Amino acid sequence: MSTHGNGSDSHAAGSTRLFAFVWTWLVAITGFEVFLAYLRLRPELMLGLLVVLSLVKAALIVSYFMHLKYEKLSLALLLVPSTLFCICMIVIFFMPDGLRAMQLRGH
Amino acid sequence: MHETKSDEALVSSPWSGGTRPFSVNSKKLGMWLFIVSDTLTFSALLLAYSYVRLANPDWPRPFEIYPAIAKSTTMTIILLASSLTMVLGVAAARRNDRVKTVRWLLFTAVGGILFVVLHTTEWINLIHEGYTPWSTPQGVPLFGAAFFGITGLHMLHVTIGVIYLAVMAFGYQKQNFDADDVEVTGLYWHFVDLVWMFVFPMIYLMSVNLGG
Repeated sequence: MSTHGNGSDSHAAGSTRLFAFVWTWLVAITGFEVFLAYLRLRPELMLGLLVVLSLVKAALIVSYFMHLKYEKLSLALLLVPSTLFCICMIVIFFMPDGLRAMQLRGH
Repeated sequence: MHETKSDEALVSSPWSGGTRPFSVNSKKLGMWLFIVSDTLTFSALLLAYSYVRLANPDWPRPFEIYPAIAKSTTMTIILLASSLTMVLGVAAARRNDRVKTVRWLLFTAVGGILFVVLHTTEWINLIHEGYTPWSTPQGVPLFGAAFFGITGLHMLHVTIGVIYLAVMAFGYQKQNFDADDVEVTGLYWHFVDLVWMFVFPMIYLMSVNLGG
């Protein structure tokens, strides 16, 4: 079993008020996303907006709920850039062709 | 194995961890690495979905505002609420408040169960309308494959999470687990919530049927 208390992995990580504040933002962004669905935007624009908003929500969850903001910086530097790099590589490989296919179909 | 010289020296720079470079226990590091790999699994699935969604102008739009979007929005808020109860459970565990920790963990599990029940009714509705993982009424089987594949994999994560939470709640009550274990459970649960933050808008809100 791992050690408890100070010097272990415990951190003075956020108050209930802060968590409630973050949660309110998450719900508000979700509400905005649902609102966007009413606007009949072009699929590529809609998808882009939704992904950006979801990335904001993901950042809030990872930073505050998953405490990454309160961990040692080396942990965040281990996890975040490598994940983003891999995701960017998938995007670079596939998305230009996805957009090209969309234009070919005259959409 | 000799103990480190001083804790202060360990945390002075991001790279000065010595035998504990990330200053977390191995369980937490293990869960983080699992989360990274699972993130890439879902990223690949959602990117493949984005590709076929954008490339297909005849993509089915089966989700009417009521009941589908209303229900999936409710599910989103339930899952977000369960993340909040999870955070409160981890905080209670840090204070060594066993009664409150177990209570928050069980609240979180109930949120997960509600999510799975609502999602199952949503699936049943779609199946009754003729959507299956290999066919749709519009003749776009990719929609069925993407929808049931991605939401199904996510639902599997939620179900495993509910079992994990229940095991943790009872194990923590019996003092078989400590606050670090509760925190690791929390990481998994928040990740499940995070994935839904992408699945809900990208799958549901990209296929809303506004009529007309």
